Parts: sequence; C-alpha cells; structure tokens
Amino acid sequence: MSEAATAKVFKPAPPVDRITVKVDGQVVVVPKLSPDWQGKLVPTTMIQACEAAGVTIPHYCYHPQLPVAGNCRMCLVEFGTPALGPDRKPVTNPDGSAVINKSPRPAIACATPVSPGMEIYANTPGVKAMRQGVLEFLLINHPLDCPICDQAGECKLQEYSVEYGQSATRFVEAKVHKPKAVDLGPRIMLDDERCILCTRCIRFTRDFVGDDALGIVNRGSYNTIATYPGHKFDNNYTLNTVDLCPVGALTSKDFRFEMRVWFLRETKSVCPSCGTGCNLLIGSRENRIYRYTPRDNPAVNGPWMCDAGRLDYKWIARDDRLKDARGSRPEVRTWRDVLAELAGRLRPATAGSVAIVASARLTNEELYLIRKLAQRLGAATDTIPHLGDGDRLLVNADKNPNTAGARLLGISAKPAGANLNDFAAGIRDGLIKTLIVFREDVTRFGLGADLLGRLDTLVASNVLPNETTKLAHFVLPGCAPAEKRGSFTNIHGRVQRITKAVEPPGDARPEWEFLGELLELITDRRAPATIEGLFNQMAGEVPAFHGLRWAALGDSGVTMPLEPGK
Amino acid sequence: MTFAVPANLEAEIDELVSHYPQKRSASLMVLHALQDHFGYLTPAAMEWTAAKLGLQPINVLELVTFYPMFRQQPVGRFHLKICRTLSCALGGSHELHRQLCAKLGLDAHAHGAQTTKDGRFTVEFVECLASCGTAPVMMVNDDFYEGVTPQKADEIIGKYTS
Repeated sequence: MSEAATAKVFKPAPPVDRITVKVDGQVVVVPKLSPDWQGKLVPTTMIQACEAAGVTIPHYCYHPQLPVAGNCRMCLVEFGTPALGPDRKPVTNPDGSAVINKSPRPAIACATPVSPGMEIYANTPGVKAMRQGVLEFLLINHPLDCPICDQAGECKLQEYSVEYGQSATRFVEAKVHKPKAVDLGPRIMLDDERCILCTRCIRFTRDFVGDDALGIVNRGSYNTIATYPGHKFDNNYTLNTVDLCPVGALTSKDFRFEMRVWFLRETKSVCPSCGTGCNLLIGSRENRIYRYTPRDNPAVNGPWMCDAGRLDYKWIARDDRLKDARGSRPEVRTWRDVLAELAGRLRPATAGSVAIVASARLTNEELYLIRKLAQRLGAATDTIPHLGDGDRLLVNADKNPNTAGARLLGISAKPAGANLNDFAAGIRDGLIKTLIVFREDVTRFGLGADLLGRLDTLVASNVLPNETTKLAHFVLPGCAPAEKRGSFTNIHGRVQRITKAVEPPGDARPEWEFLGELLELITDRRAPATIEGLFNQMAGEVPAFHGLRWAALGDSGVTMPLEPGK
Repeated sequence: MTFAVPANLEAEIDELVSHYPQKRSASLMVLHALQDHFGYLTPAAMEWTAAKLGLQPINVLELVTFYPMFRQQPVGRFHLKICRTLSCALGGSHELHRQLCAKLGLDAHAHGAQTTKDGRFTVEFVECLASCGTAPVMMVNDDFYEGVTPQKADEIIGKYTS
C-alpha cells in the first residue's frame, strides 16, 4: 500500500546519466549527478562513489548534509583516469583494458567529481601514509585528554588514530594552548584545544539554521572557533553541533561529564515533543535516561533534531511521578482491583453518560483501544490541541506527537477540542456522569473543579500529577513514551514506532496494557496481548491504517495518506 | 565613549563599497579606512562595519584577527615596521630591531608590537615589505626606508624625535 501511495505521488524519474568507475578494482556504476546538501544535483564525488562501492573513506569535515569544505584532508585518495590517444580515444592495453594514467598527486575524495573510467585507489600504502600524516598534524596541538573527554568512545579522532595513526608522537615542541571550557551559549561548552577546525559547526549553524553565530578567529596554529564577544550561540539547534563535532570540542552542557558513552544503551524511538516526530536514540543506563540524540531519517528529520525536543526528557525521572493505581476506596489499590471496580462502574453505563478526553500524546494503539472502549460505552471522545511555536526547519506548532493518529482513529472532534464545550454542558446538565481523562489536566480547559465535582465517576490516567488527577476517583498511572512501545502518526501521516528504553516507576504501566485489560473486563473479549498484535488488529480494522503491518514499519516508519481514499 | 563615524568618512566608505558587486567584498577596504581614521579597530568599529555590509560581527572579527595589519590596540604616533622575512633577516633586520628598541628603551625580546611610554613610537616586526634587494628595510608609518644601516637608523629616529 505504501509503495502504491508513493508511486502516485512521485512522477517516474527522468533517465539518469551514469558513470562507471572502479574503486579498489571493484566496478561501480554511479549517477553522474547526485544531490548535494540542499538536494541540488551536482557532479557525483569520489567519496560518494566509494560509499556506493562499500569502501568507507575516513573524513572529518565532509558531511553529506552540509556544504563541502574540503579542509581536513583526511579523505585524500589516489586515482587515475583513462589515457587518451592523440585521437581523443582511450588507449587500450593488448588485452583490451583501458590504459590508466595514475594522477601524480592525490585528491580529496569529498570534493573531486568522478569521471568516466576513473579508478580510485583508497587503500594503497601511499593513501595510508597520507592519512597517517594528516592525523599526525591534527594531533600536534591536541591535548590527548581522552580519559576526561565526553567524546571518547564516539570520537573520529580516536577511531582514525587507532586505524591509521601511530602510537608515539614525534612532536617535541611546545603545544599551542587555546581557551578551554568556553561558554559558547546556554547549552554548549567548547574546548578549543580539542578542535580540529573542520568547520562543520560553522557551516551547520550558518547554512542550515541561518544563524551565522560561529567563526574562526586568529590565524594559523592559533585558529580558534569562537562567537563574537558578548554574543551567545543560542538557537534551537545548537546541540546538533555537538553531534556534528567529530571530536570532543563542542560538548553538551546537559550531558557533559554525566556518563561514558559506551555504557549507554541506545534505544531507537521517536521524539514526542511535537508533531514532526524526529527519529531519535534514547541513551540510557540502569533505568535512567542520559540523553536523546537524533537518528537519521531522511523522510522526517534528516540527521538533526531541535534542542527543546532533545532536552525534553527530564520530567520522566521526576520524583512526583504517579506510581500507584487508585480506586474509589483506599483499599482498592492493586491494578486488578482498580480495573475490576472501574469495569463494574462502566459496564452498566448508558450511552451518552460517559465522555472521554483522550490525548494526542497517546500512541495509535492506545487510541485504538480507547476508540473500542468508546464504541462499547457509547461515549463521545475528543482530544485537546496543544499549540506552540513552530519554525521553518523541524519544529511543528502542534505540540502533540500523535494528532494525526487521533484524527485518523476518530478520537478527536473536528476540529480537535470542539467537543469540550459539549462535555462541560453535559456534565452541568447531569447527562454526563462519567468522565475519563488521559494525559490532560481538563481543569485548564474549561472543565473546572466545580464541574468535575458533579461527576459520579472521574477517571484520570496520567504520568505526572495535576489538578484532574487530584480530583479523580480513579487514577491510572501511565507511561512516558520512553517507557513503552507503540506508534505515533506524525503530522504528515508517517507512522513510526516508539520503543521502550526504561522501566516506568512504581506500579505505572503502559496505557495500552491496562486499556486492553479494562476492555476485556467490560466486553469479555480479549484484546491482543502484544503491541504487534494490537497494531495489526488496528490496521485491519481502521481504514486509515489498512495495509500496514507492525513489522513493515521498520525503524524509520511508513507514510500513510492522511485522507484515506484519495 | 560612543563610536561615531564622521560624515565625510562614511561618504568615503559608501563610495568604496560601491566598487564591489557584493557589499561584503569591501570588508577589507572599509576596515582599512576605519583604521586609518581611528588608528585602530575597536569592537564598535567592527560592529559598525558588519552592520554597514550586512554581515555578522563574527565575520568581521575573523578578518581582523586574521590579518596582522589590522590592530585592535592603539599604536604609537610613529609606527616602525621592520621586515624580518628571509632577505632582511639575513641582511640584519634583527640587529636593526635590537638597536631601535635599545635606543627607544623598549624590550627587544618581548612578543609583538612594543610602544614607548610616551606613546610616540611603536616598534614591530612585520613580514616582507617587497624590497628584498635592499635589505634590511623598514617603514615608518607610510615612509619607506631601504638599506637601513645602524647609522641610518639613528638618523631616521632623530628625524622623528626632533
């Protein structure tokens, strides 16, 4: 289905000119033109041809999503081109193969276009010697402080030094000393001595973000990355420079000195902070989250994410998290008893007497279960929109991660939040006797304490306490997205999986688990016990998700048409 | 102290900028004009330049810290620039530098430009002044002196102290 949908959107590609080159003797066919960092077609470079051949060329300054600078020289390779006779025709050997003129000097693979018949030699003794030489120069003024450096373990300088460097230094002169612990901005700390001056950070912030805040001051060995004195490096994308930095020069103030990276378990997930759904890795250890880092997904966020989303994990470890399930009486406090009591109250409810305020912060699977619950109870549902500032890059104004999912599953009113007034009126008139609230504080959205006090039953499921959970008769502690599995549908209709990285505190459980059990108690029909089964059942039942399978979502998700049938 | 560019200087700078297809290409010329007028480049001057050319101040700071001929501190009234590139070094520029420093009471071994207490003289090594055949050479402000022997150096200093 997704292939069919894609085929409808994209026209057939125009015929592509191709070039045949050889990389270390291996024939590889590459397009003559390849997209640059802005997607503009420019001549394919050696480094791209080597990538296509499966040969990795070491590099520092080159980044496929940034303009090419060609300053680090780490990607130097040797190459040759077919010899041409006086008739401008290739000269051939007796066996019919082309005579190759080997270039007398190397070329930087990141900025040199390939030409037909070119041969690239990426692993000759000469190339290895050049890499060793470049590394030796890069390490001249480097402090070699890996034991206290946050980058250690994911540092290109370390990695290439192991592969191509030498174990002893020949440098006997005094090293140049540069500023250390430079406070570049509210989230970034710079160690200029570790910097290898690749300028990735400068190009990223100038060309991608459009905030020309960083530059290189001074000259020669004294080159130093800096902001203009008094100016702060403070935009919503600064932490990407920490990922981009191939060494430990730019560090995150949030993560610095907190944890060695090799102890972190990395869990593939999706950012729940806005409707974009940037793909990320959750770095955790011993049930504590230490950092989020972006995970490359060209269809969503590329290799970047915003600072706000990246730092939006601390609430997960808050001490006041809801940890205990609670029923209407103090002795009802195990999940089994709470759900049994709640099912007992909901089962006889008449149609229209129950209203559900769900949340577009819940996963598709959870909203699907809420939809089934609402159908069984004859309950009206809605979600509350949360709008904020968006930008032209990654941040969406919609602060809910699953607005599209809530809409496609028919949970949200049109527009979302439109039913809230009806709910208020229904409660006031005594028509609505039971209100179930997920992940929201409805007292802030027109359903004040006085109204909630009129209800026979108020059920609140949340992660953190708020006014609604305080007033609730039933409290069902749920999970942060990092504590459960499921899927979100982003604002463009891309269905993406989230994965559990840490355990929820206390008795808190994933909403889909207790929703399934509650549904079973009310309907006597068992909901799928796994997220895979639940998703696949939803895909079979809800037209908007037809044709999807959990396994097919993969790590990077699948885009669905937002208006089914078109 | 507020930074103010006189109207005639600003007119001169605007004219300079008009020579270039892109405003930022005039950066060096604008900075030279400001330095000629004010003697050195203050942060305010760099920020003014950035605003004038539609740049960020960091772009201007990069230039100013790259080129040694741009100064961020004031120099003496007479700026003695002694060439120390190869031909002049072989021709005795270090001796010349030592002699001038001794005569003016400056530390010849200190790093960078040295200025007398009265602010009258600054002595500094510079790179090639493009007269290798007549080493050692030096400049005093915009005056050019070739084949500066110890005796000639004394005469030159005498000329500016009188």
